[in-house]
Amino acid sequence: MDTALDPDPAPAPDPDFIALDGIEKVFDVRKKTGFLRRERHQVRAVDGITFRVPRGEMVGYIGPNGAGKSTTIKMLTGILTPSGGRLRVAGIDPARERTRLARRIGVVFGQRTTLWWDLPLIDSYRLMHRMYRIPDRRYAENLDRCVQLLDLGDLLDVPVRQLSLGQRMRGDIAAALLHDPEVLYLDEPTIGLDVVSKAKVRGFLRDLNAESGTTVLLTTHDLTDIEQLCKRVMVIDHGRLMYDGPLAGLHEVGESERTLVVDLERELPPLDVESARVVKVEGPRQWLAFPAAASAAPLVAAIAARYPLVDLSVREPDIEAVIAKMYADRASS
Amino acid sequence: MAELLRHDQEGAARAAGRDEGRAGPPGPADGAPDRPLARARDGLRAYRMISAMWIRSTMAYRASFAMTALGNFAATALDFAAILLMFSQVDALGGYRLPEVAFLYGAAATSFGLADLAIGSMDRLGRRVRDGTLDTLLVRPAPVLAQVAADRFALRRLGRVTQGALILGYALIALDLTWTPLKVLLIPLMLVSGAGIFMAVFVVGGAFQFLAQDASEVQNAFTYGGNTLLQYPPSVFGKDLVRGATFLVPIAFVNWLPGLYVLGRPYPLGLPSWAAFTPPLVAVACCALAGLAWRAGLRSYRSTGS
Repeated sequence: MDTALDPDPAPAPDPDFIALDGIEKVFDVRKKTGFLRRERHQVRAVDGITFRVPRGEMVGYIGPNGAGKSTTIKMLTGILTPSGGRLRVAGIDPARERTRLARRIGVVFGQRTTLWWDLPLIDSYRLMHRMYRIPDRRYAENLDRCVQLLDLGDLLDVPVRQLSLGQRMRGDIAAALLHDPEVLYLDEPTIGLDVVSKAKVRGFLRDLNAESGTTVLLTTHDLTDIEQLCKRVMVIDHGRLMYDGPLAGLHEVGESERTLVVDLERELPPLDVESARVVKVEGPRQWLAFPAAASAAPLVAAIAARYPLVDLSVREPDIEAVIAKMYADRASS
Repeated sequence: MAELLRHDQEGAARAAGRDEGRAGPPGPADGAPDRPLARARDGLRAYRMISAMWIRSTMAYRASFAMTALGNFAATALDFAAILLMFSQVDALGGYRLPEVAFLYGAAATSFGLADLAIGSMDRLGRRVRDGTLDTLLVRPAPVLAQVAADRFALRRLGRVTQGALILGYALIALDLTWTPLKVLLIPLMLVSGAGIFMAVFVVGGAFQFLAQDASEVQNAFTYGGNTLLQYPPSVFGKDLVRGATFLVPIAFVNWLPGLYVLGRPYPLGLPSWAAFTPPLVAVACCALAGLAWRAGLRSYRSTGS
């Protein structure tokens, strides 16, 4: 990477690099209810979303299946036209100027490849080189860098269909970066990958964001992705933005709880202590839930004073549980 | 990377400035659809690059290519064998002798072969819509039509063109006609316009698959079916079918109208003789309509998803 040699100042801050204002997407769904009879109803996949992503930020975009994540990404890339609202990416309206925007963004779909399935990886790259009109030197440099960091050296002559999922994903990420995109959209980039591949992909993305200042928007089911990559997270459900802020803030919003696991000398009825409640008993082992914000020390002291304690451990709140709780709260209110 | 980034930022700043400077709601896009010529150029460029890549990859396995091309040729050759078989029993088909039928057959097969060679992959569009891989074409900086048309560009389809051209060649030698300059001129005009008309049918079929994703067979009925229809003289068919092929889906302009003029036979519907020279106009009109249909199909996909 040549940033160290380059005296360029950092890119000018642009707080409205990606800007959505009241973006909506309504689908007409026709359901067959009988022979020839069809029922029509509207589904609001995205229901008035507003957010800003400044240039150079790396943001996680999460939510359950069907929450509207992919629909949002498709609108941001110009694949789908929004039904309402205003949308700009690098000052461009994606729906109107799809091809102009395409030169400035990179897209990785975890579920499907943007590479040419039956051709060797290098053929796809060569075609990108010409299709995106990448200057020869830049192409060579970027390809070298991706090949090195993503470990693609041995794979370049292999047809894409013969690559493993992890190899293909790395190949896809490289393909999305050859033309120096300013924004990189990643839709489930670690889905189905093994632990080693996941780590490789995450490390690469972190370096990319830090060194090149590429703005990254990432949807995922794997919250470890978010924990390791994104300072900021947006949670979407039923097409609405439910949370936008630091990852740590999710715990407070979700009123999450930590768990204290205690091993007692013998089987006992559920412990009776203030500020915690027993959620599970299994022989001499008991699980107690207490507010994440509270300290574990007084609780441990209280238990140790009254019960025959052998061992204990504290478990941090499971972020998935936090989000699930958030959804549940929203649904019941 | 920094160098290029800087360049792009300037572009972004310009774009942002223009965007803010525009009063009221944004007018029609300052992007693609307003400049059809620039779009066509971009499309041809993308088409050339993608098809060249497929040709290179095919040529990596020359033996396999030779085999499939030969197979393609043989399969289509058998098709004509059926007609030869008929002529072993009868002297004329709908009043047409063998060289005349061969002329119509060769003209239709060559035109269709050229269209099939150029954009025969259009019938895969429905599958792309169904499995969502169309989205990956929409994030590339090239017109989707060019990408779909060039996808899996198969040089082996030259087999069909070769077969058609050979039969046409035989017919031209065997026919006993008084040639005029107009008739000579009409032959290349007929082949090129015919390819254009068939391409338009392919594209309309593709556009239809945006709405009905399983409709590739409907498309095939018009493309392959149309080709088969045209290989026989119009006098074999009922008047209504000929009318439909002339005015509804104007494939009659591929070879029937110009071909019958060359053969010196009257067209069954009693059209004036100058109609034999309209195929280029019909082809242009068909392609324009097909372009509009394609745009409508793509727009509907982008507003509804799959």
